[in-house]
Amino acid sequence: MSDAYLELRNVSKRFSGVQALDQISLRIMPGEIHCLAGENGSGKSTVIKVISGVYQPDEGEVLIDGKPFVAKSPVDAIERGVQVIYQDFSLFGNLTVAENLSINTQLREKRTWVNWRRSRQLASQALQRLGVDIDLDAKIDTLPTAQKQLIAIARSMMNDVRLIIMDEPTTALTGKEITTLFDIVRDIQRRGIAILFVSHKMREMLDISERLTVIRNGRKITDGPTRDFTEALITKHMTGHDIEVDHFNWKPSTTSVTPRLEVRHLSLPGSYEDLNFKIYPGEIVGISSLLGSGRTEFALSLFGLMTGFSGEIRINDQPAKIDSVQAAIAHRIAYVPEDRLSEGIFPTQSINRNMLSTMYERLSRYLVIDREKAASLAADMIKKLTIATPSGEKPVNQLSGGNAQRVVIGRWLLTGAEVLILNGPTVGVDVGSKAEIHKIIRALTQQENGLSVIMISDDVPELVQNCNRIVMMHKGRFLEELVASQTSEDEINAKLKSFG
Amino acid sequence: MKFFRNSEAVIGLIIIAAMILIGAANPAFWDLDNLFSLLQSNIIIGIMALGVLLVMISGGIDVSFPAVAVAGMYLTVHGMLLTQYDGVLLPFLAATLIGLILGALNALLVYRFKMIPLIVTLGTASIVRGLILGIIGTSMINIDRFPKVLINFTKSDIYTVVKPDGTTSGMTSMLLIYLGVALLIHIILKYTMLGRGVYAMGGSAESASRVGFSLKKTTFFVYCACGALAGFAGMLHSSMIWLCNPRDFVGMDMQVIAAVVLGGASIFGGSGSVIGTMMGVFMLVMVKNSLILMKVETTWQLVVLGVILIVATAFSAKRDRKSRT
Amino acid sequence: MNTDFDSRKFLKRDNNLTQLVLITVFIFVAMSIVSPDKFLRYYNFQSISFLFPEIGLLSIAMMIAMLTGGIDLSIIGIANLSSILAGVYFANTIGTDTSMSDSQQLMHVAVGAILALGVGTLAGVLNGFLITRMRITPILATIGTGQLFTGFALVITGGPAITGFPKYWAEIGGGAVFGVSIPFLIFVVIASIVAFLLSRTVFGINLMLIGTNAKAALFAGLKREKMVFLSYMMSGFLASMAGILLSARVNAAKSDYGNSYLLQALLIAVLGGTNPAGGKGGVLGICIAVLALMFLSSGFQIMRFSIHLIDFIFGAFLVGVIILNMVLEKRRGKS
Repeated sequence: MSDAYLELRNVSKRFSGVQALDQISLRIMPGEIHCLAGENGSGKSTVIKVISGVYQPDEGEVLIDGKPFVAKSPVDAIERGVQVIYQDFSLFGNLTVAENLSINTQLREKRTWVNWRRSRQLASQALQRLGVDIDLDAKIDTLPTAQKQLIAIARSMMNDVRLIIMDEPTTALTGKEITTLFDIVRDIQRRGIAILFVSHKMREMLDISERLTVIRNGRKITDGPTRDFTEALITKHMTGHDIEVDHFNWKPSTTSVTPRLEVRHLSLPGSYEDLNFKIYPGEIVGISSLLGSGRTEFALSLFGLMTGFSGEIRINDQPAKIDSVQAAIAHRIAYVPEDRLSEGIFPTQSINRNMLSTMYERLSRYLVIDREKAASLAADMIKKLTIATPSGEKPVNQLSGGNAQRVVIGRWLLTGAEVLILNGPTVGVDVGSKAEIHKIIRALTQQENGLSVIMISDDVPELVQNCNRIVMMHKGRFLEELVASQTSEDEINAKLKSFG
Repeated sequence: MKFFRNSEAVIGLIIIAAMILIGAANPAFWDLDNLFSLLQSNIIIGIMALGVLLVMISGGIDVSFPAVAVAGMYLTVHGMLLTQYDGVLLPFLAATLIGLILGALNALLVYRFKMIPLIVTLGTASIVRGLILGIIGTSMINIDRFPKVLINFTKSDIYTVVKPDGTTSGMTSMLLIYLGVALLIHIILKYTMLGRGVYAMGGSAESASRVGFSLKKTTFFVYCACGALAGFAGMLHSSMIWLCNPRDFVGMDMQVIAAVVLGGASIFGGSGSVIGTMMGVFMLVMVKNSLILMKVETTWQLVVLGVILIVATAFSAKRDRKSRT
Repeated sequence: MNTDFDSRKFLKRDNNLTQLVLITVFIFVAMSIVSPDKFLRYYNFQSISFLFPEIGLLSIAMMIAMLTGGIDLSIIGIANLSSILAGVYFANTIGTDTSMSDSQQLMHVAVGAILALGVGTLAGVLNGFLITRMRITPILATIGTGQLFTGFALVITGGPAITGFPKYWAEIGGGAVFGVSIPFLIFVVIASIVAFLLSRTVFGINLMLIGTNAKAALFAGLKREKMVFLSYMMSGFLASMAGILLSARVNAAKSDYGNSYLLQALLIAVLGGTNPAGGKGGVLGICIAVLALMFLSSGFQIMRFSIHLIDFIFGAFLVGVIILNMVLEKRRGKS
């Protein structure tokens, strides 16, 4: 069927020995909302770059409107109506809204001189087309993420666009903002513009897309109308495994009656208010909420990074003063941040160093580190957490997402953490590793006097399968608490929807 | 309060306040002679600073410009003496061209080889100065041998006053050249796509490239312009002091960079303006000038300068951090 | 677990290092071939061993600042100020009393040295404060303090050099023990201590981690500010030590000595494998890089090249090596 707007036919692409794409075929119809689903490393971003002209295929061809399309540079793709909105939106924080909007039109027209009046006209037209109202003179870096995205979309629609590719568009958006985005997307579609969502957020993709294509390891696995798929089916195609749904069975600890960590009337103006919370040894308590609910601020406060709160924190029923990271660590609280790459690991340093980073101080006498002890501790932890690496000296950035996450968790286990706060523990981790990480966490809680885990996550199934209790948080407050075995994903999703 | 967020306005106010203070301490500050001299001192540093501004907005840095200035000036004047050339235009063009070529070398290393600008330009500074001093020589060309045509060119004043004691005091017309260059750079930065590309690249090089800017073109533009302006400034400088000293401009790199940062440019790139830079340069020159007026011993000048630099960079650090959040 | 020294792993770990060694050997051989009688003389190596320590210490000081992603452009100012203050102290103690005994002189020299080192450390404290507390970016902060220190040096001396350092001071800079120059011994001791600190202590490892990812360091509970602060103190200390050696060698101290050393120190730090963005660097690399440059410099001096041309060669050398690195990286990436 050659009435597709864009088609990839048996496209292959190799990079220094790695086959990124292997005979991929993909079809996007005009005005269609299409989803490209795949794990990290499946080849999603290579597909985007081939379509947008950044890369040229080694084999196969790209067709637009049935005619072969050879791009010598991204500008060619733009000429043929393809616009890509990357995760960082390709905006200039130091420039105004008006300039950001008009800049590529002016570039395209190969103008030497800037006409500021025309620039404003173009900008305000672009915003109007989208039905959005933002101050043209505001600098981009003063705007919230959702608005930046709208500006990026408005910009992409300025020049005869026929296909807008959005790379992970919903990652940093709250529920309400996602709804707004989808309304706009449907409106765009009505004008005959096709949208390609590249995402791994299945729930939302099922809501918005009409057809989808699943790729894995650079190959197309399946495609078809979205209504023929369920979330589980898509995940199965993305990973190639059947995921076992294995619920956490929490056996109440017979020994301890005192909560390991307790929070009373914790308030931080502007972030959260009057939080009361208890967690016992061996529990995995989840926090479910929309973005911007204050959950990260709560976690950072427990970890000593956001001080100035009022209220009380008690550890093992003793009041604890947590006014710095060191204090939190001394109280055996640990935090694994959301953005592993920029906040969690030291990319070029070895796995051992990453794991021992917090421990070094304790492993040293008179400043000197006990190298043998350090090495053996690290080696043991690598084994315990089944981190897949031939040597602890390899740089951690060579590990997969799942293994890197284990290194960060391992770091805290080494310090003897008793309360582990996980923020988005399996984001960007492939499903195989995901299940294993869950298993590891559960095992850690089930030992005698086991770990207490606070799990903050947007992945509702992850929460339901792993937690024994789930706290619903909204606008800085804990609203209610659910027992995992007595609730369901649907119930939690409904509650989340009601928040937005 | 929006007025105060505009850093250029703040600097302007500080300058006015400082001038009043200094004038109060020593009314000789307001003498026409002094004011003219003050303005004149802005010219060379200002032209070089404008070149540095371009590079800094784009996110880079250039510490080779003093060496380039020397190269432009020394080679050209020597050339004039050798060929007994008798004209003004060509020498200035030649000096500018020399600077442009050296700037292109910087651009090549930064763009093609992706080297860190600080290290690159430190290296080229060494290369240029070493070559000039090593091969051409270290001798000064003083006023006896200095090309007359250049001396005559810079003698003209745009405004002359006759002082009560009968001597004249004049505002050199070279100031017009500075203002002209400043206007040119301002127009480029504000009204041409090339200039906007410099801001874009400083804001986010990746986005700039995606949107369609040629990073290559922009990089070459800023470094070549910086070099060209340095070469030009070097030539103008020696024409104004009727002396050609290859050991000139040593230590100037840091002060000029500080002046540009003072004037609102961020060392991380993406912001800065001609007005701001001109004011930063004015501040720097005024401090140096006023210390003499306030009878501060010359040996203390460097200390005062250092303190002011530290205080000023502390403030701009606060300002930079706020906007980067 | 085998924690013994694995030479194979060591060499493979740092291609940069091997490459540097090869370059140094190449330079050595080339210079020897060009001027065998003059270059290969003991006298030549001896004079290198007197010059090497000053620039070596300054380069290590620069490297330490770079480990956390910063830079220290004030080290020359610190070096000069320290030695000038020592000189003033000597002028006011030994200089005023011509009948002072040797042992008394020695004591004053020791005090003078401690004074100089103290000044350097204090200067480092100022840098550390401006960078960690006032959050001024290192390049701007140290430009400012560099001017400040040089300015103070100028105020104290009034311009001309301070001379008349005591004879024991000159011993530090020009003496030898068992045929090995004292400065070189001092350098070896200090370099070893620094190397040890960087690889075997919490402080050193922390610096590497902070330089690799400052945010992750925060989340890992590292005391970032304290570590960065200490690192600038250390740079200041090392700079003042270099100042001591310099003034001891030339028996004078002046506010504008060693201006070309700043660029050299930076080049050597980078050449020696330090990543200016932070997280990578080592003493061994610095030592080899200094050797390379010393061979280069002395070889060309023997060939009667002017010091200016040698400056040029340094610059061209740095640029050349970095281009070489880039080309090799690309080729390695392709395979």
